[in-house]
Amino acid sequence: MSKISDFVGNSARTNVETALEKARAASEYHALLSLTEERALERADAVDRGEITGRLAGVPFVVKDNFLALGAPSTAASKMLANFDAPLQATAVEKLEAEGAICIGKANLDAFAHGGSTENSAFGPTKNAHDQERVAGGSSGGSAVVTALDVVPFALGTDTGGSIRQPASFNGVVGVKPTYGTVSRYGVVAMASSTDTIGCFATNAEDAALVMDIMAGRDVRDMTTLPDFFTPKGSVALQKIGVIREYMSDDVDQEVRDQVAEYIETLKAVGHTVEEVSLPSIRYALAMYYIIVPAEVSSNLARYDGIRYGHRAEGIQTLAELYGRSRDEGFVTENKRRIMIGSYVLSSGYFDAYYQQAQKARTILINEYNTLFDQYDVLIGPVAPTPAFKLGENVADPVKMYLADIMTVPPSLAGLPAISVPAGRTQAGLPVGVQLIGRQQSDALLLALAASVEGK
Amino acid sequence: MTQISRDDVLHLAQLSSLQLADDEVDSLQQDIGNILGYIEQLSELDTTGVEPTYQVTGLTNVWRDDVVDQSGVSREQLLALAPEQQNNSVKVPKVL
Repeated sequence: MSKISDFVGNSARTNVETALEKARAASEYHALLSLTEERALERADAVDRGEITGRLAGVPFVVKDNFLALGAPSTAASKMLANFDAPLQATAVEKLEAEGAICIGKANLDAFAHGGSTENSAFGPTKNAHDQERVAGGSSGGSAVVTALDVVPFALGTDTGGSIRQPASFNGVVGVKPTYGTVSRYGVVAMASSTDTIGCFATNAEDAALVMDIMAGRDVRDMTTLPDFFTPKGSVALQKIGVIREYMSDDVDQEVRDQVAEYIETLKAVGHTVEEVSLPSIRYALAMYYIIVPAEVSSNLARYDGIRYGHRAEGIQTLAELYGRSRDEGFVTENKRRIMIGSYVLSSGYFDAYYQQAQKARTILINEYNTLFDQYDVLIGPVAPTPAFKLGENVADPVKMYLADIMTVPPSLAGLPAISVPAGRTQAGLPVGVQLIGRQQSDALLLALAASVEGK
Repeated sequence: MTQISRDDVLHLAQLSSLQLADDEVDSLQQDIGNILGYIEQLSELDTTGVEPTYQVTGLTNVWRDDVVDQSGVSREQLLALAPEQQNNSVKVPKVL
């Protein structure tokens, strides 16, 4: 797979034309919802004329289609926004463009980023880069697949509870979910504001660090952003690493555990200390997540009302009917499930039992993480309990689909950085990722650690 | 398994401004029951005396100066996004 450095210094037009060609050749995977060809070629010519320079001059990339970006509609893979032409771009996209990067297309996702397989896209699922009968993972499935297929050297995603890490694991690429607040979310379709993060996919850890370095930093248009702390590290000292016992139980696929165990041996061989640790309340993390996130989803998605933008139903008489029918037609079933669960857990009489209880449980989980981080620098475990599952396998059972998030959700609830790094393949040839989790703002350390053992 | 009635589903749909088709009410009734059944296990966890966490990086109120920022987007561009417009306004059905 190519690296960012393979593109820098080439003719930007050639870079972009090649990427567009590869994107078209890979159309059977349905990883992209649109190509931004005209704008991409214009920008490529501007780079070639020397009008735009920077660390990513002429490097093609793809955005998940929940980032507002010019050149094609920003759909969030929903009928609600199928024809939404954004009047502005996300801060993350603007920062990459300022360094000369060129967006060539928009990647498929579960509608509004609700899902773990990209099967909830209103426009059809994305297929896994290594087995077309299997899911891409999700919700950032399209971004993972275009990176794995070498269409582009990096792609943007969003990760609320695993939406970058799990598809990265399923497709064999690096995926970064940064510390909460690292990258501005301005111009990105909001899902759950207390855990939404912006990150990336790349073919290697060093490239991922470069992209994160460019995107990170405070933005006056996103008040939750932290002052820029991200500085890529060239080398890494010996670390004390904890293997999360609860992540390595019999419930986890044997081949997944084997690959993670092998990665741990590689870390030990380099001299890092690895010991088993426990996070007892992690068993409740998925329940916390599926209370807190739907609650925030129901609030964030209230804005889609068919009035100011987005889909409006036809032939309606009353305002209530306009809201009700526009939302019914514009959302997929999973969106409706989450909105309604959110309405339930926030309604009077249930608020304390569900939402408040989940936020208290979150404190307990965070305290357990903090205790471990007093002694350990990095925690390690699988990304998902299985490799990529078959298309259609989990669609009929939402709870089963949610269980695929069981290992990625806990760091999200605590705002911790967590990355997914390729560990190896199963006998059937499916990629398996390993998850590295760190203290808040230790993002660069995780990537440097991954880079130090890459290919070993 | 948590039981949730068809009326409960219709009430949640109303709270959520969703006008559901009949067959979707049936499937959502089952799905929501199953999901609530799963998340209810959280009641086992003793959280007595624990403060809730709403913000994970310790930020408190972040202020900016109260000045108008057009964000580079014009009134015309925003109006053009509306499904229906009239007289420089967004058009909606009669409210009263």
